[in-house]
Amino acid sequence: MRAIPQTRRHEGNALDTNNPLTISRRGFLKLTAVSATVAVTPPFVARAATPDGGRAPVMQKVVLQVNGKESTLALDTRTTLLDALREHMHLTGTKKGCDHGQCGACTVLVDGRRINSCLTLAVMHQGSKVTTIEGLGTPEKLHPLQAAFVKHDGYQCGYCTPGQICSAVGALDEIHRDVPSHATADITAKAAFSTTELRERMSGNICRCGAYSNIVEAVSEFAGSQA
Amino acid sequence: MKPFTYERATSPAQAAAAVAKERKGKFIAGGTNLLDLMKIEVEAPEHLVDINGLGLDTIEPTAEGGLRIGALVRNTDLAADSRVRRDYALLARALVAGASGQLRNKATTAGNLLQRARCPYFYDTHQACNKRLPGSGCAALGGFSRSHAIVGVSNSCIAVHPSDMAVAMRALDATVETIQPGGQVRRVPLSEFYKLPGSTPHIENVLAPAELITAVTLPKPLGGVHIYHKVRDRASYAFALVSVAAVVQKDGSGRVALGGVAPMPWRSEAADARMQEGAKAVSSVLLADARTTPQNAMKVTLVERTLGAVMNEARTGA
Repeated sequence: MRAIPQTRRHEGNALDTNNPLTISRRGFLKLTAVSATVAVTPPFVARAATPDGGRAPVMQKVVLQVNGKESTLALDTRTTLLDALREHMHLTGTKKGCDHGQCGACTVLVDGRRINSCLTLAVMHQGSKVTTIEGLGTPEKLHPLQAAFVKHDGYQCGYCTPGQICSAVGALDEIHRDVPSHATADITAKAAFSTTELRERMSGNICRCGAYSNIVEAVSEFAGSQA
Repeated sequence: MKPFTYERATSPAQAAAAVAKERKGKFIAGGTNLLDLMKIEVEAPEHLVDINGLGLDTIEPTAEGGLRIGALVRNTDLAADSRVRRDYALLARALVAGASGQLRNKATTAGNLLQRARCPYFYDTHQACNKRLPGSGCAALGGFSRSHAIVGVSNSCIAVHPSDMAVAMRALDATVETIQPGGQVRRVPLSEFYKLPGSTPHIENVLAPAELITAVTLPKPLGGVHIYHKVRDRASYAFALVSVAAVVQKDGSGRVALGGVAPMPWRSEAADARMQEGAKAVSSVLLADARTTPQNAMKVTLVERTLGAVMNEARTGA
């Protein structure tokens, strides 16, 4: 089976592994910042239909409340919440992994609930309250769960970590709100924390370094301190 | 992703009219399946009508003693509802057996029913797929078909319906409520909602263009032991190879629906009638017309054994 060409999968994204040009991380960041600026200039908006007869990009204004701060953005309607956060608001703590809802690296909290920010459109979140890893803690004042991840070495490369932490905050809140899981023995009983429950509830977050047991320790310690 | 215009619907009837009016218009609710497919251009709507603001997100008792579940009730909230957990436990079980916590927070009741196939050849735009491109052929027939359907298939398509929720709802005799662009409403039993692929696998259900699902209703509770048993390659976050949704009464009678084996939740009243005879009898009726590939023939055995496990559990749990 042939893979889908990267250029199509990552349309509108400067990160293209098929590109013969090698781009340094710094160069890549500059490039994405430039393309983000270009994207809202009038010539781009006014461009006629694409050569293949397709529709021209459609721009729309959207007001997002991210980490307690309101931002007004002019976005291509195709922009996912993830790309709005990273490419337009430069909140790069939220990561893009698979971009198809399978890995959980893009997990953020919207109105308190964890979701995959790659599988929702920014324009669908007019007025929503979005919390990213930057809104949970800062380098000076870590969220207790961030501190627990550091203490228990809940990562190696760290790429999945912001998603793991946002997901864990959401998962613990779901237990608090009595949402059952596949691991719940008695579906009518009140939901309660256990490491078995945690492993099941965090199955939407992949860690390629395999730091799972340390992640479970970190989240368990934090959950215990909240109990 | 192809460009599209976007609007927020103001009422169910307006939403249906808006989708009907635009060329290649589509509803978007949770979006977890639609956007996934839009990114690879398997879906390419030119206008999206966002129905998230329509309400339709409550679970209400019906006059008949059942439940009316709004189309936009999220999978998480449906699974957490105390009435669903108490009276329709197999539905709560099916919901939490599906997807991930993040996806269940977004995915809606109606969207779950309308999930498209997860067949890898449907997703790969370089492969033949009659569902994606009618008339192009079916790469799965001679391809990697371990996860594919064994009943209800055709020479055009062997994809399975991926939903867990729908399997439980089929066992519960759920009914789908809809509204059409002209404002007409209708009720379609879930047993008549899905269409077998035949020579038109791109037509998956009886919905008319721009017809919007507004709710799913469940009849009054059945009692009995409720079980949803899902067999998959990973312990969590994977589609079913085989799943069994069952309601079993004290005398061993009951009803059963299968997931992971057909293009729709698979149930037959003739199979239900033989519940007291055991798993072999039931599976022989359900899979009487099975048409397997060398790779998915193991599902026949898997169905019988999973049914056996479910019946054992019902006996010991009853």
